[in-house]
Amino acid sequence: MTEQGRLIECRFPARAERLKLLRRLVYDAAETAGAGAEKAEKAVIAVHEACMNIIQHAYNNDPNGEIILEIINNGDTLVFQLTDFASPADIHTIKPRALDDIRPGGLGTHFMNEVMDSVEYSVDDDLQGNHVTMTMTLQK
Amino acid sequence: MSVEFDITDKGDYVLIELEGEVDLFNSPHAREVILNCLENSRHILIDLSKVKYIDSSGIASLVEGYQTAKSKKLKFGLTQVSESAMSVLQLAHLDKVFPIHESSSDFNESAS
Repeated sequence: MTEQGRLIECRFPARAERLKLLRRLVYDAAETAGAGAEKAEKAVIAVHEACMNIIQHAYNNDPNGEIILEIINNGDTLVFQLTDFASPADIHTIKPRALDDIRPGGLGTHFMNEVMDSVEYSVDDDLQGNHVTMTMTLQK
Repeated sequence: MSVEFDITDKGDYVLIELEGEVDLFNSPHAREVILNCLENSRHILIDLSKVKYIDSSGIASLVEGYQTAKSKKLKFGLTQVSESAMSVLQLAHLDKVFPIHESSSDFNESAS
């Protein structure tokens, strides 16, 4: 039996030292939803990289920032939504860089796109925050 | 810190063994260790056999080390890459860019 609906919603400080704990949580939630180990590891990569982008780029490493993570099991898909409360992002500028340009940095967005079936960005004016919503298909 | 470093002077080169999870929290330390060795004009081989997780910031530290070594005409290599680290290198298409050695003796022959 796998659990469906909202698996978890948690709010945590946007700090690098919290990411290890977050990875454990994402892996366990994905497994609880019926994703195999390979997909659970991919979910960890995507959520971790998305959080890194929020910490470094949205909050500019301000340790007072917060992130909300929601994980929803829709039965055939698993949705990971991250919300931050930084200044509205210019979502049209968020794109992966060319991989043949060998240089440090800029790989996180590429990783997210590679391991997830869809990655969407939006600005929530009511909440005064930004969302990144990532969806992966669950194995049948 | 959830990553540990074991640094061994092998004569012709320095072996850096990374162990644990290399992420945004500790990759600045990994970067510092790698660049310090190169600053001292040493060839370096990085053993990733005990790396359980590496994120894009950890990969960035390796890329910076690789490029710094090239600019100083020093040898830079990876060896014993764990399955977890290799999957991330492949995602970044860097598995064909970094010199990956089967063993330290392979690297030693190229470094000496």
